[in-house]
This record gives sequence, C-alpha cells and structure tokens, in this order.
Amino acid sequence: MTATATPVAPRTNGASIAHRLFVVRELGIALALVLLIGVTFAVNTRFLNAQNVKDLLLGSSILAILAVGQAIVIITRNVDLSVGSILGLAAFATGAMFQSSPNLPIPVAIIIGMALGALCGAVNGGLIAAARVPALVVTLGTLYVFRGVDYTWATGRQINAADMPASFLHMGTTTVLGVPVLALFAVVVLAGAGIFLRSYRSGRELYAIGSDPDAARLYGIPVGRRVFWAFVASGALAGLAGVLHAARFGTIDANAGLGSELNVVAAVVVGGVAIFGGSGSVYGAALGAVLLTTIGSALPVLGINPFWQRAAVGVLILAAIGLDRSLAVRMARRLRGGSARGA
Amino acid sequence: MAPETVIDLAAQPRTSRQRPPWLRTFASWETTVVLALVLVILIGSATIDGVGDPRFYRFVILEAIPIALIALPMTLIVITGEIDLSVASTVGLTCSAMGALWQAGVTSLPLLILVSLVLGAVLGAVNGVFVTVFGLPSLAVTIGTLALYRGLAFVVLGDKAVADYPVSWTTNMIAPIPGTVVPWFVLVVAVLALLFGVLLHATPIGRALYAIGNNAEAAAYSGIAVLRTKFWLFVATGAVSALAGVFWTFRFASARADNADGLELSVVAAVLLGGVSIFGGRGALLGVIAAVALLGTLRNALQLADVPANALTIVTGTLLILSVVGPNLVRTVRERLRRRQPTPPMERTQR
Repeated sequence: MTATATPVAPRTNGASIAHRLFVVRELGIALALVLLIGVTFAVNTRFLNAQNVKDLLLGSSILAILAVGQAIVIITRNVDLSVGSILGLAAFATGAMFQSSPNLPIPVAIIIGMALGALCGAVNGGLIAAARVPALVVTLGTLYVFRGVDYTWATGRQINAADMPASFLHMGTTTVLGVPVLALFAVVVLAGAGIFLRSYRSGRELYAIGSDPDAARLYGIPVGRRVFWAFVASGALAGLAGVLHAARFGTIDANAGLGSELNVVAAVVVGGVAIFGGSGSVYGAALGAVLLTTIGSALPVLGINPFWQRAAVGVLILAAIGLDRSLAVRMARRLRGGSARGA
Repeated sequence: MAPETVIDLAAQPRTSRQRPPWLRTFASWETTVVLALVLVILIGSATIDGVGDPRFYRFVILEAIPIALIALPMTLIVITGEIDLSVASTVGLTCSAMGALWQAGVTSLPLLILVSLVLGAVLGAVNGVFVTVFGLPSLAVTIGTLALYRGLAFVVLGDKAVADYPVSWTTNMIAPIPGTVVPWFVLVVAVLALLFGVLLHATPIGRALYAIGNNAEAAAYSGIAVLRTKFWLFVATGAVSALAGVFWTFRFASARADNADGLELSVVAAVLLGGVSIFGGRGALLGVIAAVALLGTLRNALQLADVPANALTIVTGTLLILSVVGPNLVRTVRERLRRRQPTPPMERTQR
C-alpha cells in the first residue's frame, strides 16, 4: 500500500446518481427479478395469475427466512452450514409435538420450534465463540450431528398431515388479502432483521466484525458474544422455517430440508452479501431467495427444460459474485484516489 | 510432517524446546487419527461380528475410494487456503457425460476415460480461472459451479440412468488384486497418494503451498507464482474428481446425473478431520488418508453393530467438531499453564 501523494480530485457532483444506483446492490437484483418476471409474463401471461403468484410466494418464503438468518451470520464473516439440518429437526419436532398433544396452540408450537432452533444455534455459536474454531468446520460438523439426531429420533417414521391439526396445516397454505401467511412471516422476519442490522448499535457491530474481526476486537466490540447471538438468531430462524415447512408440506420425515444449506448460501450470495462478511443486507438476501425460486418456476413457462434450473442458478451465483467483485474493485480504486494497487 | 513442526516451532516455542524431536513428530494430530483408526479396527474386530472379515475391508475400501481420491487434491487446495465444493458435481457431470457418450455409440473404454479426465480438468480450470484470474473467493465460486455442474449433468442426461455397460467393464473395475480381496483400484489411489504426498511434502512446490496458505502476499513477494499454482491445483482437483466419476459409474454400473450428490461435504469433512486447517498453511496428507479410512471403517463397523445407518452421521459430525475443538482446547490450556509460569522474554525469542 504505497501512500501516493496524489491529491484526491474534488468529486464532481453529477458524477454519480447513476453510479449510486449501481452501487445499491439490492436494486440490481430487484431489476434482474423484475426482468425475469417481465419476460416470463410476456411469454405467458398466466405466469402471474393468482395461483402462480401464491405458489411463488409460498415457495420463496421459507428460503427467504433461512436466507435472512444466514445473511446475519455471513455478515460477521462466518457461515452456518447446519441450517438445513436445524430446519429438518424443528420440522420433525413440530410434527411429533402435534402427534402427542393435538391441542397444542399454534403459537406455542412456533415458539417451541424456534427455541429448539435457537438451542442448536447456541451450540454452534458457543463452540465457535468459546473454543474459537472456524464456523465452516463446526457447522459442517453440526450439519451431520443435528441430522443424525433427527434420524435417530424419527427412526424411519413419517408424520402425515392427518397427525397435525387442520388449523395448523391451513396456516401453511392460506392467504390473507391474497398474500400467503407464510410470506407474512417472511416479511416480518425480514423487516425485523433489516431494522436491527441498520439502526441498532449491535447490528452495526456485526458489520464491523465482518469487515475486520481483529480491528473490531481492538475497538472493544464483544466479538465472541455478537457472533454467538448471530448464530442463535440463524438457528431460531431455521427453527421457524422448520415449523413453517411442517405447516406447508404436511408430510415430514427425517429428510426435511436435506441439502438445502448450500441453496441458502447461494441465495445470500446472489443477494449481494459478501461471502467474507462486512457488507450486504438481509433485503438483498431475501431478494436472492425470491430470485432463485422464481427461476425455478419461470423456466418451464419459458419453454426451457427444467433441468436447466440448477445450471441457471450456478450461472447466477457466478455472475453475482463477479459483479460484486468488480464493484468492490471500482470502489477501492475510487477510495484510493485512482491508485488501484493491490485491488 | 515437517510443515507441522515448523509451524509448531513458531507458535509454541517452549513446548518444542521441552520435547524431543521424535516426540514432536509422533504426537501430532495425524498420529492421533492413525491411533484412533487402529483402535477402531482392534475394538471392532474383537466385539463386532464380521468386522475382522476380509469382505468387510473390501467393502470399506470400495466405499472409501471416491472420497480418498478427491481428498488428495482437496488437501492441497485447502492447504493453500482455498476450497473446492464443486467436486461432487464434477463427478456427476463426468458420469452424465460418460453415459451420454456411451449412448451416442462411443464404445471405446480408453476414449471414454480420456474424455472424462479432460472434461474434469476443464471444469477444474473454470474454477481456477474464476478464482485466480477474476480474484473471486473460491468458497462462493465453487458453490456456484456446484450448482452449475450438477445442473449441466441433468441437462446432459436428464433423470435417466445409463446402465447397459458391458459386464466385464463393471466387474473389472471392482475386481480384487489376484490372491487378495483388495480391489485393484486401490493401487491407483495409492499411486496418486504417493504422487500428491511427494509433491506436498518433498518438493519446493509443496513448500510453496504451505507458504501460500500461511500468507499468500508474503509468498508472492518471495517469488512464488501464487495464482498459477492455485490454478493448476483446481485443474488437478477437477481431473481427479473425474477419475472418481469413472470409478463411480462402473462401480455402481450406472451413470446418473445425481451420482455422488452431496459427496463434497464428506470429502471436506475427511480433509478437516485429517488435521488440515481450514485457514490453510497446515496439514499433512497422511492424516487425511487416515481420516478417510477412519470414517469409512467406523461407519461400516457401527453399521454391522446394528447402529442405524442414518444415525452414523452423528459420529462423523462429532469427530469433525472434536478435530477442531480438541487441539484448540489443548492449546488454550497450555497457554494458560505457560502464563502461570512465565519465561524470561530472552529465552522465548531465542527458542
């Protein structure tokens, strides 16, 4: 990092409304989403009929909730690979609870599911914060452990819709003013997390930790505690997603959410959250989740073989991180007044 | 295990002074894994019916071969501080391509294998380009290509299975070495392990990998071609994954797009359990090979002991967590002890 003596040229004011729009990363992904929906709609107007929109929202809600939790963790330069297993565990727990006590009030079931998820998250966070071990390894481990607990508990059983109260299953598919209840859950979660990360001290500190953990520690931020709670939040949200999964699908075995962890990370990355932390927003992550889900249902409408879906998701991830990289390089160049050393 | 000791010397001056060199070599994490493997085999043979049986090991080996293969280059990649999560998708795409070619009338086995290996190398090169030329984080890139390659596998073959390969091909692939029960393909793994082991532990390139993992910038300043090295590691990983794909296709006599789905996490788990640091810069191939063997043996032994197959994931996960928490705890306790009886600063710096 040579300190070049070149004075930074005074910024011209007009320089950058366009630039700013470009920098607002969520806008890019929203545009991509609008474009995708628009093109698909133009090809077949039935793409946006009520049923299809409802399916889209239902499909993306659970992924969006997981993505919000994952974004909180990734912003602190960690990762939580165990969310799929936590989802599975909470979903099965929900089913099992209703099986043994059919009169359990729905809010209690939701709270228990979230508490179970939070407990799993606390195991992750505790190991990572207290033993100071890398999150990737720990959550890869708990991915296996939680799933194993789920399998052991389920022992091949399957919980069917008949085992759960109708009102609970109704919640999984019903709509309020045309919006699925599941989507409302996602919106509440998103708004809560968004406000917390944007306007609360401890929320901002998560970004500081992700930008530079050592600096954050020197600055006096309780890094371990913040990271711990980030994992608890991610776990609780995965628990909520598990309960909603049970409500939506009605049939649960120990495989619920199997292999969804990388999908969630993909949604977050597509949504513009830097994989090494410190930048991005939960709104972007949620948009990423919606985009990934929409691709899945848009391809058949566009007459493209649905087998292309995963490939398209892959291309999207690569494009998203490529875009982020080029923006970051540009930003770094600007901040250094034109000298792009090391960028 | 030279790299281990170098790092230990730097990080823990006092312990290395107190312990003789031979102990340092043997008291490493790799040894712990090997000992655990021996223990599992001994206890398993004594208590579980069928674990001592040669057929048991034949099965364990067949199951472990794909993981062992991919773990070799993966170890090198992780030591440089990168990761490749697209390996299982590379296996899947290779399987699909082989299936499609076979259906298209390509009936020459060497040609099929050659095409597969080239394809794997190209897929690895794509990862390499994204990571080294565009400077993108490998974790994100290979999550992207994980989806992309698996998606292309489905595009190529759909959800069909190509299973009408000549029986001689499929039986030859898992045939034992004459006079033993050991599948001959182990020799391929052994040769590759030797190659990668020598490359990592006995050549300047291997030293460079550790240097890159410890500090890529410093490595670059000391004249190591960081990006080129990483690029070729990704190519190697792609090619070896393709070889695993060839093995997979013939072992199960079936080319499907979803072959080896999720195998990437098993490979990464084995590499990490083998003592390779996820942050790069430390680890040894022996530990990884022992970890692959340990996981495979333990899984199958417990299965014979009627532990439900699915619950075994708890064991895998717990081992993985212990592999990082254990050494850290030991280090923390040691540091506490050291602080309690402070050494003169001079002695410390001199080591």
